[in-house]
Amino acid sequence: MTDFGYTLSRSSTVNLDEADRSLWLRLEKLEPDLRLCMACGSCSASCTAAELGGMSLRKVILDLDRGRDPAPIVSACMLCGKCSMVCPRGINTRHLILSLCRIYEKK
Amino acid sequence: MKENVIILGGGIAGMEAARQLLLLGERPVIVERADHLGGHVADWHRLFPDKSPAEDLLEGLRPGLEGAEIHLGTTVSSLNALKDGYNLTLSDGSKLHGRALLFATGFELFAAERKEEYGYGIYNQVITNRDLERWFNTGKDSRLSGRPLSKIGFVHCVGSRDLKAGNPQCSKVCCMTAIKQAIELKERFPFAEVYCFYMDLRLFGKKYEDFYIGAQRDWGIHFIRGRVSEVAETLDGRVVVKAEDTLSGRPLKVSLDLLVLMAGMLPNPSATALARQIRLDVDDDGFLRSRDNLAGIIASNRPGVFYAGACTGTKTVPETLAEARSAALAIHNYLQDAK
Ligand SMILES: Cc1cc2nc3c(=O)[nH]c(=O)nc-3n(C[C@H](O)[C@H](O)[C@H](O)COP(=O)(O)OP(=O)(O)OC[C@H]3O[C@@H](n4cnc5c(N)ncnc54)[C@H](O)[C@@H]3O)c2cc1C
Ligand code: SF4
Ligand code: SF4
Ligand code: SF4
Repeated sequence: MTDFGYTLSRSSTVNLDEADRSLWLRLEKLEPDLRLCMACGSCSASCTAAELGGMSLRKVILDLDRGRDPAPIVSACMLCGKCSMVCPRGINTRHLILSLCRIYEKK
Repeated sequence: MKENVIILGGGIAGMEAARQLLLLGERPVIVERADHLGGHVADWHRLFPDKSPAEDLLEGLRPGLEGAEIHLGTTVSSLNALKDGYNLTLSDGSKLHGRALLFATGFELFAAERKEEYGYGIYNQVITNRDLERWFNTGKDSRLSGRPLSKIGFVHCVGSRDLKAGNPQCSKVCCMTAIKQAIELKERFPFAEVYCFYMDLRLFGKKYEDFYIGAQRDWGIHFIRGRVSEVAETLDGRVVVKAEDTLSGRPLKVSLDLLVLMAGMLPNPSATALARQIRLDVDDDGFLRSRDNLAGIIASNRPGVFYAGACTGTKTVPETLAEARSAALAIHNYLQDAK
């Protein structure tokens, strides 16, 4: 093949036609409050594992919704529960993360 | 003799309703707990969307009240429903009877000290939207005097859209107020950097989006999409504010000379207490419940009881005035029919 000096990388488009939302659907059964997130970022702003570990529950929920696997981010969570104190939508965030970890364990 | 129409609350809703009732030949009696009329608007400086002085609005309403009976510094001790109207005992011991009753009891501003993590009442650098309006009016606030203000922040949704503060509702006027006040501070301190921390910007009304565009284009105000999680004092007498910059997905902090909290509009508990005495419905958001939210906003579930303004939910000034006029007409028609 001719070398054009560059390679084709995977499209960065969020393609909702092909998104695999099975993880969201599984978590939603256990944590229906998942749907209430309004992406305010309070959980991430108060998170003890944000600065160094890159944890952001807001991103995790967004990733799940868009069909991306948030496993690499979630692994930084220390389950300290600080985020549960601040969520303005009253989501039990720590419990939600715990349920997600249980799903990963079963996988 | 004409029968009394009793108006509870002498904010702009009560004032405008009384003015219109007089024009319709009725006999309004205002019961106002403060020592002056005007309600919250008497605390504001300039009103969106035209930046017109709040005092001009009140000035325009006052002359029309000539002939109305007004009880200032007075509250209602008891309220009873009778067959032919309502009986009130006032805090000064006097009694009043009216065939119709208008609730114009307005709202209560969220007590910002309840969100401890924002440091209101703890740090001198933290004030509320109301404090800022008062400072614009009086120039007096020890927290603001003698300090250079080179970096200023606004926190949207304080005590609104927040289950932890007990109020999941949007107060609807505070995005607009934040942008208005941000511009007003830029006018006074042109070299200051101003940051607005928001979750969603709700600028729904006529000319509101122009304020937003102006804030960006003409004043260089920064908009940061993230809810402030905490505020702490620094050694050099500033406050440092933390949030997630949700658009870049990274934790963010900035130190500021002044932080203005956009306290939200909550139901007025004294109105709820009065409503209970005559079994008026209270809505699940805590405000008085209108008969319906389309054509019956000013109507209650009881004959002869009407609503106007922020007692049924968050309202802007023009909405409040329109409801006051509409309630005055409805009361007039009610009294005609009762004859
Ligand atoms: C920070 C802020 C800025 C705002 N700026 C604007 C703006 O620029 N433009 C705009 O369109 N809108 C603005 N608004 C909205 C505006 O303040 C309201 O629309 C308006 O105050 C509603 O008037 P009201 O008469 O219904 O209620 P209120 O202003 O709350 O008046 C109620 C009156 O009733 C009295 N009262 C209450 N309970 C009792 C009782 N039990 N017995 C006797 N009296 C009682 C109170 O003392 C008060 O005088 C702003 C709101 C906020 C929070
Ligand atoms: S529980 Fe996890 S996500 Fe929540 S604050 Fe603690 S480390 Fe962060
Ligand atoms: S604090 Fe709650 S609503 Fe806000 S982003 Fe986190 S989970 Fe979503
Ligand atoms: S109007 Fe804006 S600041 Fe006020 S509660 Fe609604 S979203 Fe928050």
